[in-house]
Amino acid sequence: MKKLILASIFPTLLFASAFTSTANAADYIVDYKGAHASVNFKIKHLGYSWLTGRFDKFSGSFSYDAADLSTAKIEMLVDTTSLNTNHAERDKHVRSDDFLDVGKFGSAKFVSAKITDKGNDKLEIKGLLTLHGVDKDIIIDAVKIGEGKDPWGGYRVGFSGTTKIALVDFGIPATLGPASAHVELELHIEGVRK
Amino acid sequence: MNIKINMQNTTNQYGWLSILLHWLVAFTVIGLFALGYWMVDLDYYNPWNKQGPDLHKSIGILLFFVMVFRLIWRSVQLKPKALKTHSETEKKLGHLVHLFFYTALFVLMICGYLISTADGRAIEVFQLISIVSFGELFTNQEDLAGAVHKYLAYLLMSFVVLHALAALKHHFIDKDNTLTRMLGYQRLNIK
Repeated sequence: MKKLILASIFPTLLFASAFTSTANAADYIVDYKGAHASVNFKIKHLGYSWLTGRFDKFSGSFSYDAADLSTAKIEMLVDTTSLNTNHAERDKHVRSDDFLDVGKFGSAKFVSAKITDKGNDKLEIKGLLTLHGVDKDIIIDAVKIGEGKDPWGGYRVGFSGTTKIALVDFGIPATLGPASAHVELELHIEGVRK
Repeated sequence: MNIKINMQNTTNQYGWLSILLHWLVAFTVIGLFALGYWMVDLDYYNPWNKQGPDLHKSIGILLFFVMVFRLIWRSVQLKPKALKTHSETEKKLGHLVHLFFYTALFVLMICGYLISTADGRAIEVFQLISIVSFGELFTNQEDLAGAVHKYLAYLLMSFVVLHALAALKHHFIDKDNTLTRMLGYQRLNIK
């Protein structure tokens, strides 16, 4: 029983990823600084209700051009120690090796592989999610919310995305009962053009 | 056997209140450790998954007040002198272990409090009184306080074993009054 974890050092979240995008696609930084983005999740409690939580610390960047999705790409890094379900005892437990084991796996990562236009501003984002030290391909169903100039001289575009993952797929012990075997992720991403 | 003891300590005998406090704290601490060790691994659907921590926290808070009282009581009481049969090393070791017990217990209880109150929630003591939270006093409070709470508890229990073995050694090998005077009597015909 190793319930408690020493808090892991907050990993450097700044991205140094160089984008090999073409001239058309613009590069964006996920607006973590202004907090116009969030990484949320929900899981059923006993099958009777949704328990929601989020990761307070993350970073990311993406390339996007509405006219040409072939060069679109997104990469997100999430600090798993920043898990927050608004209940300290539960957060401590979820961070422990009973679940996320953030002492060992202090970050989660998503890197898109292929983004497909589904029409009506809908996008399908296939990519690799690394969580709890396990790599697995997932599909995020996303929708573009809007884009345009902001009032402060910048240019922004925003999306929402959802996906559903099974705890066992990522080697996380599913001890919460059959109704709580899956977690739904809800992402709200606003990017500021570089 | 000398059975007559008072509430107050004397220079060679613990009074009954000191004795009562010693054993009350001893059994409470051992009980809290056992409960804590057991409850954290319970299945999510086990009723004790909720009752266990509630009980652990309630008793822990009460223990804090008992310990505060014990410290006050100790400070206004005569301190029974170490037995003549004790060596200088034994006296020093005993003193250090006692100091460790008091310090460790308070650190443990404070850490326990910091875990449960890190999100601003109060601790309910048997749903009768609420111990208020001071909120999050430092980053990752529940994790850091939790780690200290856990490892210090293991360390404390190893000292409990040491303390008990020392008492038994005095009782059965040295055949002196170290243990008996914490039980309220003294052997008269000791060498």
